[in-house]
Amino acid sequence: MKRRSLFLNSTAAFGFIFLYAPIISLIIYSFNESKLVTVWGGWSVKWYGELFQNDQIMDAAFLSLKIAFISATLAVVLGTMAGFALSRMGRFRGKLLFSGWVSAPLVMPEVITGLSLLLLFVALENAFGWPAGRGEMTVIIAHTTFCLAYVAVIVQSRLVVLDDTLEEAAMDLGAKPSTLFFLVTLPLISPAIIAGWLLSFTLSLDDLVIASFVSGPGDSTLPMVIFSKVRLGVTPEVNALATLMIAIVAVGVIFAMLYMRKQNKMLAAAQEG
Amino acid sequence: MSSLSGNVWLSGFSTWKARFISLRNISWGRLSVISVPYLWLAVFFFIPFLVVFKISLSESAIAVPPYTDLLDFDMEEAYLNIKLNLGNYLYLWEDSFYFDAYISSIKIAAVSTFFTLLVGFPIAYLIARSDDKYRGILLALVILPFWTSFLLRVYAWVGLLKKQGLVNEVLMSMGIINEPLTMLQTDFAVYIGIVYTYLPFMILPLYSALEKMDISLLEAAEDLGARPIQSFFMVTVPLAMPGIIAGCMLVFIPAVGEYVIPALLGGSDTLMIGRVLWDEFSLNRDWPMASAVATVMLVFLVLPIMLIRNKSGKEEGM
Repeated sequence: MKRRSLFLNSTAAFGFIFLYAPIISLIIYSFNESKLVTVWGGWSVKWYGELFQNDQIMDAAFLSLKIAFISATLAVVLGTMAGFALSRMGRFRGKLLFSGWVSAPLVMPEVITGLSLLLLFVALENAFGWPAGRGEMTVIIAHTTFCLAYVAVIVQSRLVVLDDTLEEAAMDLGAKPSTLFFLVTLPLISPAIIAGWLLSFTLSLDDLVIASFVSGPGDSTLPMVIFSKVRLGVTPEVNALATLMIAIVAVGVIFAMLYMRKQNKMLAAAQEG
Repeated sequence: MSSLSGNVWLSGFSTWKARFISLRNISWGRLSVISVPYLWLAVFFFIPFLVVFKISLSESAIAVPPYTDLLDFDMEEAYLNIKLNLGNYLYLWEDSFYFDAYISSIKIAAVSTFFTLLVGFPIAYLIARSDDKYRGILLALVILPFWTSFLLRVYAWVGLLKKQGLVNEVLMSMGIINEPLTMLQTDFAVYIGIVYTYLPFMILPLYSALEKMDISLLEAAEDLGARPIQSFFMVTVPLAMPGIIAGCMLVFIPAVGEYVIPALLGGSDTLMIGRVLWDEFSLNRDWPMASAVATVMLVFLVLPIMLIRNKSGKEEGM
């Protein structure tokens, strides 16, 4: 066992370095005084100051956060319904087609999703005058559609492993379907719903390709602004922005994991007792 | 569910009315729970493909929107004129550029998937065999980059791989190379980018397959005289196969249609179909041609992948 673990440990250590070296280099260079990113000019936080002065980046960041918040919330509602329809509603007409539609966005290349939604919006506008122009709303619709699929898959996999005796007990005790859902099922699947919301939020915040297709000229999301800057080369302001985003995500993920660990422990304790 | 209907059957006629009312309530809730997401996906996921297909049959035009109408309804003569233009598909077939782009995308995705497996396997194996107290932390370390921005993680490599970048500096200071290597804007950079960004997708399914593995099987193989390398290929790899397949699918599928990685790290000669579609759409403003590329991609790439996934999913019980 010992012989092998030296080889294994060194390759795995190499793997972890590979995962973290680019992120760490971004963070370090965000504190670089020099405008030339490759030349080290001493420690400085001036790029953070410049970042907050940059209206284009700040506006795009607020727009992206708003779109991500609304899309994630819509996707959680629709995705939970879809996950329910697939795992708790028995058979219904067109179920096979529906389950295909729910899982297809997961394997669909972004360029196809983006192009097809743009062409739909253009066709709808020509036919009905809605949506009038493209921008915030069309991006929200597009993001909700692909995030819905992720939420549905997460909720469905949670519902499948969930012990349904609790739900049956509530029904036997006379709970109405809505009471049953909000008082029994929803609390039981809440970790899946939180995970689905967080995943949708980050997917929406991060999406460049679909947003570039369906957004209008005035409504650039944060990834679109970053992409247009980055195409011209490395910029220190983007390094500062990246560091802030990584810090926020790291804190968020750690809290989410602690919360879920607590939830799982409580659930395990409840099932044992 | 079954116990509910059983109880109702036993409890006689007086509850029939109550049962009817509750059924009616259930069916309203049921109807909306099914139909709302169903309709949403129909309008915003399925119908768009019909629109794409329709536009792929039209001609490019200098107009808003930039394509001709298929249906042309003449009010005075009262007849419907349908013009189908197969020219876009003929052009796709004749011009080897598009065929090369398909093949090149599949090649780049396959090679990077293989390297992702090579890098991911030792990490997944180590996590699966580590002590319980470290396992959670190691898994979190793998998942954390996945939650950070994909675009920014690709961008980080621009700074590392360029001529005066960190990798060249380190290699030169160690005396391995004398002058900086050209790594950015090559296929090599695209491989690095794909392996890097999709590594968590490979590690997680591998880990869950390896974690379930019964370690005593390895001891049995050793007792029967298998060398470590033999037991690795004859015991560990077959048992990890569901994880290997799932991980490879999760990396290969998004990598084939990738746009951001070839656009930021690849050179102008890095042909990938996602990028071709994008350029056709935004640079050439040829929407019908972009639609034809998307339709062919859907039929020859996405549908086979969905069928394989469905089949393997049923076999593996995923």
